[in-house]
Amino acid sequence: MMELINPLLLAVILINFYTLGSARLVACIRVVAIQGALLALLPLLSHGMTFHAMLLAAEAFCFKGVVIPWLLLRAIRRVRIRREMEPIVGFVPTLILGVLTTVGAFLFADLLPLAPEHHDGMFVPTALATMFSGFLLLITRRKAITQILGYLMLENGIFIFAVLLSAAMPVMVEAGILLDLLVGVFVMGIVVNQISREFSTINTERLTALKE
Amino acid sequence: MLLLLILFPLAVALLALLLPWYQARSWLLPVSGGLHLCLAGICVAGSDYASSPWIGLDALSRLVLIVTSLLYAGCAVYAVGYLNLRRDRGNETIVPCLLVFLSAMTLAIAARHLGLLWMAVETTTLASAPLIYYNRNRLSIEATWKYLLLCSVGIALALLGILFIAYAALVGGDMPISLQLDTLLANASQLSRPWLHAGFVFLLVGFGTKMGLAPLHSWKPDAYGEAPGMVGALLAGGLTSVAFLAILRAVQLMTAAGDGAMARQALLGMGLLSLLLAAIFMVRQPDIKRLLAYSSVEHMGILAIGVGIGGLATFGAMLHLVNNALTKGCLFLSAGNIQRAYDSKRLSKVHGALATLPISGGVFLAGFLAITGSPPFGLFMSEFTILRGIFGNGQFWIGLLMILLLAMVFIGMGATVLTATQGEPVKLESAYKDSFLLVISPLLFLLMVLLLGVYLPEPLQRALREAAALLEVQP
Repeated sequence: MMELINPLLLAVILINFYTLGSARLVACIRVVAIQGALLALLPLLSHGMTFHAMLLAAEAFCFKGVVIPWLLLRAIRRVRIRREMEPIVGFVPTLILGVLTTVGAFLFADLLPLAPEHHDGMFVPTALATMFSGFLLLITRRKAITQILGYLMLENGIFIFAVLLSAAMPVMVEAGILLDLLVGVFVMGIVVNQISREFSTINTERLTALKE
Repeated sequence: MLLLLILFPLAVALLALLLPWYQARSWLLPVSGGLHLCLAGICVAGSDYASSPWIGLDALSRLVLIVTSLLYAGCAVYAVGYLNLRRDRGNETIVPCLLVFLSAMTLAIAARHLGLLWMAVETTTLASAPLIYYNRNRLSIEATWKYLLLCSVGIALALLGILFIAYAALVGGDMPISLQLDTLLANASQLSRPWLHAGFVFLLVGFGTKMGLAPLHSWKPDAYGEAPGMVGALLAGGLTSVAFLAILRAVQLMTAAGDGAMARQALLGMGLLSLLLAAIFMVRQPDIKRLLAYSSVEHMGILAIGVGIGGLATFGAMLHLVNNALTKGCLFLSAGNIQRAYDSKRLSKVHGALATLPISGGVFLAGFLAITGSPPFGLFMSEFTILRGIFGNGQFWIGLLMILLLAMVFIGMGATVLTATQGEPVKLESAYKDSFLLVISPLLFLLMVLLLGVYLPEPLQRALREAAALLEVQP
């Protein structure tokens, strides 16, 4: 099943690009959900059908692929916002930046002192590229929902890296980390709801009353 | 025993969700705070070091545990009085969140596995977000959003750092790939250096965000400024100590691997920067709680400098951790009282606090003297010890810079605090009065800091020495 890993990681990178270039929030949330669901397959593909891998895959699929996107979709339905308008940096420039950082990630990963068995795989560069894309989304967008998506992509990138190291992470800890992520997004969703109620927008540039 | 200490606040939190009576719910806090303090005392005094591979107490975590528990118990007593004043806001959310927060902090302190530590620290972020949002206005939403997003992203980077350390074990070969702290420390020399260094940097950035070291402190003034006083006290005294403990774990690992010097330099740099930025922003600060937040940045800087210098200064930093937590408790609680009384925390409205509210105003003023390191308070001793460590180490310029910055902080903070406390008494519009429950905790904290300044009990001294020794061990 190892030959399926690279196409899967490629799909993850394409989803990064799509999210960076798209203005439609619903579509963005859906593709990030697909990204999470694809990543849930990763432990199964790379470690086989062990108990640990199956449990991790099931949790990741439930949280990243189903529950969190559902929470976010519900949140934007409530605040009735469909599109990301006027990002701080335009869609095309962020897309280009995303492509550049992805290329950079591939070049950089070659220089890293990786373990011999990881030298040829796409794991590390994909993890780096996904983390960078998440950061780009966090920095360049104004809507609170898109910033949460950026945070999720950052976590997805870390997840890819974590799959390489599942020996170090006992099942319970992994479950706890994913649960923290879920509760985190849940709390953020509540805050977004409050922001929209108080400010009648979820653009975070209105949140500037507190400064020196 | 330790497990009970972590789990019982969760059970009480569940009880708080079910109880229909306002007063009873409030009183759950001091009851569980007191119980936690007793149990923590037994755990700390006991000799069982590591009860399992997951949780255990060493000298460092004993120190942080007892300080956090003490601070929490004091804040819990205060909370009863505070929640009585805020019947309009209710306590259905804040009481369970405070209890979950206590449990998560205890777990983070006791964790012997880096993954578990991460999980617990992230849980503290999530449990404290509703606490900061308690006032439910525009400003507190903004503060909560910034806190939640910045700390979550910061902590995500810490997770990456932890994974890098696991990868260092994988590449290093010849050792079990585990994130159990004792296993890692025992095999630290096998770890692959580049990955270990990268891991340390990410851990420092991640937990440094949580601790509020400059330049990662930008959420701090907002969050501490908008949160209720007791939440500010718990965050500034308790949570920052927990985050500092997490950074110290990374320092321990680097020291065991023989790269302690690099870790210390990084801490020293961030510490000096924190001190500098805090000193700049404290000058002419018109908001007393934001002032306290910058003071927290300053003291996190001093802790980092102390550990960064090493030797005697590490001992000083451990003492400073205790002093800082208690004094921050005293300051935030009394500032909270002043804010309740004046219905404002800005200098435009707050003046004459000493004449208007003799106890809260007096404690606030004395707390200011304590936190800026005036004798005879405990912070004078700890800052003096750190400075002696610096000069004893021959780092003359760093010592001089630190004295200069501390003087600047004293002047900047003094200007704001004196404006707030001095002057004619004011006719208050609110019905606030200093009551027993609202002033007893800050008074006791102040008394303890005073005692620590004149007399350091032998058991505490030994505990501090043992904690400092853990950071010094070379392989």
